[in-house]
Amino acid sequence: MISPKKALSSPETTTALAEQMIVSRSFWADARIRFFRNRMAVVSIFMLFCLVLFAIFGHALATWSYEEIDWSLLGKIKTEGGPSLSNGHYFGVDELGRDLYARVVQGSRTSLLVGFIAAILAVGLGATFGAIAGYYGGRIDQIIMGAYNITLSIPYIIFFVVWQAFFGRDLIQMILVMVIINWTAGLLIVRGQVKMLKNREFVDAARMLGMSDFKIITRHILPNMLWVIIIYMSITIPETIMYESLVSFLGVGIQEPNTSWGALISQGAGTMTFGTLWQLAFPAIFFVIAQVSLYYIGDGLRDALDPKER
Amino acid sequence: MSLLSVQNLNIRFSTNDGAVYAVNDVSFDIAAGQKLAIVGESGSGKSQIALSVMGLLAKNAQTSGQVMFDGHDLLTLSNTEMNKIRTREIAMIFQDPMSSLNPYMRIERQLGEIVEHHEGVRGAAQRKRVLDVMDAVQIPDAKNRLRAYPHEFSGGMRQRIVIAMALICNPRLILADEPTTALDVTVQAQIMKLLDEIQRDMGTSIVLITHDLGVVAGFCEDTLVLYGGRVMETARTEALFEAPTHPYTRGLLRAVPNITDPSETLTSIPGSPPNQMKWPEFCPFAPRCPDAIAACHTTLPVLENGRACIRSVEEIA
Repeated sequence: MISPKKALSSPETTTALAEQMIVSRSFWADARIRFFRNRMAVVSIFMLFCLVLFAIFGHALATWSYEEIDWSLLGKIKTEGGPSLSNGHYFGVDELGRDLYARVVQGSRTSLLVGFIAAILAVGLGATFGAIAGYYGGRIDQIIMGAYNITLSIPYIIFFVVWQAFFGRDLIQMILVMVIINWTAGLLIVRGQVKMLKNREFVDAARMLGMSDFKIITRHILPNMLWVIIIYMSITIPETIMYESLVSFLGVGIQEPNTSWGALISQGAGTMTFGTLWQLAFPAIFFVIAQVSLYYIGDGLRDALDPKER
Repeated sequence: MSLLSVQNLNIRFSTNDGAVYAVNDVSFDIAAGQKLAIVGESGSGKSQIALSVMGLLAKNAQTSGQVMFDGHDLLTLSNTEMNKIRTREIAMIFQDPMSSLNPYMRIERQLGEIVEHHEGVRGAAQRKRVLDVMDAVQIPDAKNRLRAYPHEFSGGMRQRIVIAMALICNPRLILADEPTTALDVTVQAQIMKLLDEIQRDMGTSIVLITHDLGVVAGFCEDTLVLYGGRVMETARTEALFEAPTHPYTRGLLRAVPNITDPSETLTSIPGSPPNQMKWPEFCPFAPRCPDAIAACHTTLPVLENGRACIRSVEEIA
């Protein structure tokens, strides 16, 4: 039997104690815990996950391809083209007799792809310019802010139409033009953050340590404002999907045979008066689910990441 | 030969309200292994001297004079050239350990990044360097603290990390800009003791910048007293405390309580620090000086035998 005093000072106990004392919880670990406490955000993550799975693997469940026209239903779409399990058109058919389920899968793919890629690229671009403007200030700042103000004054739908008239209307052009219109996303907020952070003492310390500007921005300033960029990204993704749907709804976006939520909603709205409501309802439901869950995720991220909310 | 030689350093800031003469005609030398204190009140330009040595002055600053280090004039070097000297040759310890550490970086990264950047040391060798320097600044249980974040440390421990950051590349000169101001008194003593030991072990020169005369008393061999951006007096620390020869130093010392003489009344220096918007044409301390004569308001004293005062020591005794 060892005496209690001896046991307390034994190396095993001290290391065990030391390990207990230093349970290092990082900012991100903290944020994760807070995020998963937010029930709406967790439900939204799940919904979005399902939506992404649907967009990727949805075709596997379809009995019809999105190009095939079901000739047997032509002419009687209003009466027999509705959602039905027996003929394999789970969401019914569209006005041309194509399987709406396959079309919605195809549209989800396009919309999510454009939304995520364009938003991430746009925020990345905006954040880069914002960081440069904020860090260097002076002439560079003036030039970037000038470009920002000019971009704001361009009516984006007209720009969109003109761009697509020149360069065509495929998916790549769509993403490209979305990035160009949205490059200002996050610029102001990142510029402000950098302006604030660059005067902090740890940035002076990094300069004292002989770090280059690039290293200071990427290693010292960026981690301190990553939460801002992430929140901004989560707001920009649904916005981009909204933009994309808006221009597609107006008929200048994604072209046949490709489609997107906006284009499908537009077609559904066009035939609404004939009583084929399902053609509007299914794409609209998917669009709404995506928007709502993306906004709730953004909200949850803000609550979890904003240091002031703690 | 001296390690760092500052000659006739002037620092002027151009602001919207006109020029501010922050540092005027300051000269001093530091030999290898020497400890020098620069003492002055707020706004006397002491921090600006350190920043000019590091090449970190604000953009609106104009300098003249020379800061010679190793045969180079640091004032004329480009930023890229300075980056090679920063930390490797001259390192700086900042005042506030709460804000001079990156809150999002683990301690290991924070320290390891420096050796990686300057010496390309990575992996296990880098970790060893980090542990060594953490041992040198006497952080207990260093191994378990590698993965900690700055907010998990106390103020004193954080200042030790900041000192470790300055030490990790074995610089020849350390500029300590009020290293103990943000700490409480017991921790202050520990940190000063630590700096003293490091200085003795590694033979580093230290410039200690402070407004706290108590910190200087036990630490530095030499002291330089600044007022209004000018050197008022420079002497061996003991001599300065025993028999200050400049009216300003006397005023400063009279404002510090003395434990051996409880009957002594503390007196403050009347008036307020000088307006530095004008180039000083006469002694900047003259308006507040109890010993000032008419000539003090018209002539600018030069630093002779370690004091800048036109009146002799005997006259003002």
